[in-house]
Amino acid sequence: MSTLLFVILSSFLFGLLLFAIGQKSFRRITWFASLLPVSLFFYFLSYLTGTSTGEVFDSSIEWVPSLDINFDFRIDGLATLFTLLITGIGSLVFIYTIKYLKGHRHLMRFYAYLSIFMGAMLGLVTANNLITLFIFWELTSISSFFLIGFNNTDRSSRKSAITALSITGLGGLSLLAFAVLLGTLTGTYTISEMLQHPAVFSEHPYSTYLLIFLFLAAFTKSAQFPFHFWLPGAMKAPTPVSTYLHSATMVKAGIYLLLRFSPHFSMNEYFHLILLVFGGFTMLYAAFHTLFRTDLKGILAYSTIGALGIIVFLLGIGTALSITAAIVFIIVHALYKASLFLVTGTIDHQTGTRDITKLGGLRKFLLPLSIAGLLAAISSAGIPPSIGFLGKDLIYESTLHSPYSSLLTTTAVITNIFMVFAGFAVGWKPFAGQVPSTIETVKKPHFILWLAPLMLAVTGIIFGIFPGIIDHLFVTGITDQLSSGTAPHLKLWHGFTFILVLSAITIAGGLLIYKFWKISHKKERAIHRLENISPKNILLQTANYFEQFAYFLTRVFQNGYLRRYVMILLVLLTIVFGVHIFINPRIFLSLKEIRGLEISEIVVCLIMVLSILYTVFTKSRLSAIAGMGVLGYSMCFIFLFYSAPDLAMTQFSIDTLTVILFVLVLYRLPKYLKLSNSTNRIRDGIIATSFGTFLAFTIIEIMNETPLKTTTAFYAENAYELAKGKNIVNVILVDFRGFDTMIEITVLSIAAIGVFALLKLYLKKHEK
Amino acid sequence: MEILLAIMTGILYAAGIYLILRRSLVKLIIGIVVLGNGVNLLIFLMGGLVKGQPPIIPKDSHHIEGIFADPVPQALILTAIVISFGLQSFAIVLIKRAYKVLQTDDIDAMNKTDDIE
Amino acid sequence: MKSIILTTASRTLLPLLILFSVFVLLRGHYLPGGGFIGGLIASIAFILHAFANGLKKSRFLLRIHPGFLIPTGLLLALGSAIVPIIFEGLPMMTGVWYPETLPVIGKVGSALFFDTGVYFVVIGVCLTIIFTISEQA
Repeated sequence: MSTLLFVILSSFLFGLLLFAIGQKSFRRITWFASLLPVSLFFYFLSYLTGTSTGEVFDSSIEWVPSLDINFDFRIDGLATLFTLLITGIGSLVFIYTIKYLKGHRHLMRFYAYLSIFMGAMLGLVTANNLITLFIFWELTSISSFFLIGFNNTDRSSRKSAITALSITGLGGLSLLAFAVLLGTLTGTYTISEMLQHPAVFSEHPYSTYLLIFLFLAAFTKSAQFPFHFWLPGAMKAPTPVSTYLHSATMVKAGIYLLLRFSPHFSMNEYFHLILLVFGGFTMLYAAFHTLFRTDLKGILAYSTIGALGIIVFLLGIGTALSITAAIVFIIVHALYKASLFLVTGTIDHQTGTRDITKLGGLRKFLLPLSIAGLLAAISSAGIPPSIGFLGKDLIYESTLHSPYSSLLTTTAVITNIFMVFAGFAVGWKPFAGQVPSTIETVKKPHFILWLAPLMLAVTGIIFGIFPGIIDHLFVTGITDQLSSGTAPHLKLWHGFTFILVLSAITIAGGLLIYKFWKISHKKERAIHRLENISPKNILLQTANYFEQFAYFLTRVFQNGYLRRYVMILLVLLTIVFGVHIFINPRIFLSLKEIRGLEISEIVVCLIMVLSILYTVFTKSRLSAIAGMGVLGYSMCFIFLFYSAPDLAMTQFSIDTLTVILFVLVLYRLPKYLKLSNSTNRIRDGIIATSFGTFLAFTIIEIMNETPLKTTTAFYAENAYELAKGKNIVNVILVDFRGFDTMIEITVLSIAAIGVFALLKLYLKKHEK
Repeated sequence: MEILLAIMTGILYAAGIYLILRRSLVKLIIGIVVLGNGVNLLIFLMGGLVKGQPPIIPKDSHHIEGIFADPVPQALILTAIVISFGLQSFAIVLIKRAYKVLQTDDIDAMNKTDDIE
Repeated sequence: MKSIILTTASRTLLPLLILFSVFVLLRGHYLPGGGFIGGLIASIAFILHAFANGLKKSRFLLRIHPGFLIPTGLLLALGSAIVPIIFEGLPMMTGVWYPETLPVIGKVGSALFFDTGVYFVVIGVCLTIIFTISEQA
């Protein structure tokens, strides 16, 4: 069943195809682009009948079987839920954008990026192989980079895109670490098979690292504190992108990952505790922040972070009830948040501003849109009969049935009060009250621009009235799959219970804040003053320091002077040698086979020392070359003394040739000039001498060890047997290591060609 | 003798490094030659010193027995010597050409050669 | 640098040295010697001749440009490395030998041809470098 792979790849192919079609022809067929997500939506819908009863559909294509990396895909309840959200909201976004970005210069590019992003998300949620999942995960990061930075002429837009990429990229690296570690520990990369190794996730000493890597990946992607700041920045993207990324896809990838692995980690107590702490803090922090934003999308950004926090928090509670609540809330949030984003987009498109203080009374001009806004706000606030009410009920039910019920319930209530405010601030405030004097008239938008958000908002209400739909199709199946407990059945009306009281308090509190809290730029500036200690600034500052440090390091080390590079290396090596010798002094004079000095050897060494000194200190080039020649001939003698006749002969010939070479070129070469001052000379002298001294000590130390002679023994044993030769050195050169010699003569040839070319070929004037 | 040769290696290294750290190109290349000799000697020493027993199988035998000089470092050094000739000749011609074009022998004056037309 | 003694001597020395270099090459598998050393000796012989008699004469004596020796040698070495693959189906560079032992040379095998390839490359490289440089100097 490779259709699934094809379906997922089709989005990528489609994206590439768009690039091939070209901008001009694309404009005429923009409707055609929406066919892709719509047909994908119906394709995945066809799985629903199976997956809702717990059936799974597997599909696998070998990729790198030796490393256990394959295109394994599995469609189960969780995957279906996400694919439907991705393609369903994707369809509306695709259609909405036709009118929203009508006539944009890079419309085709936008659709191409969007298709690729959608494909990556679909791959991510259906992958059953952790490495494949990682690849799609990274693809979402990369394609979202292009989407967030779509207005590439805007500096702040580019900056936000880079911030988002670096934060999610960090998470991606961590996911890779998670994948490799987990693959090594369990011996498989197939996610469903990993369930058979429960010990790895809870008892293994490395399970802590697994948790850290997993959380780093999920929290960066799903914008949990302290990695949340890329999300408000990503609002620089065109609104359809924000809609898509933040309601249903990108940020939900982290949630998906946590959900996917929650059965694996179900026995690990830290898993739940950490999720609870981070989710709880994030939701409070973000929900509170919605009070201080004046940009509609800014409010939405923080309320998105808050919603993500709520989902993480629910996963942290870790009961069957709370997982049901999380699933329902994912649906709730996707519907109302996408709707609110699209409402914002249309307001922006028609009035040219998203500043909440400058908007009001728009219901007079944009009536259908205001209905969409109101319905979405109702769902977001959890007012019956919306699905939001259901979601909120379930949240409170989960917190009340958890160990620290009073603390968690209080946190949830406070968060939700702010979320009610945020929903109404975005969904209703622009339409309510008097039309401000700055707005004279607003053009009627194209029907798509209000129909898309209205459809989403109405769906939220329908699901609320008939909760059986999602209960039957998603919630029961997924809860059964992800937790051991049984899922509660969704009902809109539970009767007069304590939860209802809490709900009433939440709604009343939120509406009170909405009524009396005046959103103003002054308050926004006030909270901006706290920016200095925000995670964003701390991170950026750290990045800045790193950059400065890198500049400093480059200035010091890469200064363009050859000597400096050599010197740094040498000083470092000298220190290594020196430290080694001083820390670990051995007795040097314990040489086992110390040999008596013969007069001939002493004479040769003396000649060598003299020739070296002469070469170094002479002021004439010719003398230096002569010294060099004498040095080479003395080397011959050393080779001759110690049983290396081949070396002696070679050294002798090469030395002769070298001297001839130098003498031939000598008169073309510059004369010796005294270029460096005496301070430099002394400094270089000290470096050179200390290096030489330490090296000599190290050599003596090494020579105390018995060398390993296995290679030598093999060659000596087999020289005649295998290669019919008796001169072992020659046999090594032409037979045992003949390939090296082959390469060596090739290198020699290249050197000769180089010399020939340098001397014979002169560039023509115009080529210089 | 090992100690003497170890010291010789140290001296060769020191001299080579000192010459490489000069600003003159000609000294640089002579330094490389001297350092090359030092490296060869170092490899040679690491194989152990044996007198009068070259790694050659006796005429009437198929194996070599007893103590004999290590052929592996010898083969390595032989390769190194020949290669270094190629390197030196290329380097010296390069220097010659560079001197002709730039009219300087000072390495420090060569780090902005991108500007030369 | 014309000296009658050197000129005269070099004329006699050249064939002798070449002969010696071939000798060194051939005996390399059994005694000190081989392609590298043989090649170097041959190059030195030609260079000596060039110093004594002038570059033109040596070039004339050599007939071909020394550069041609480089590909010749490389092909010879490569050929001897490939022969086992083609004829014996053995891995590259496996030694193959003519079963009989020849006088003077001893066993003839692919290794000898490889060494001869090295010999030619070394002559080619050394002569190309030195000749080119001395022409320019």
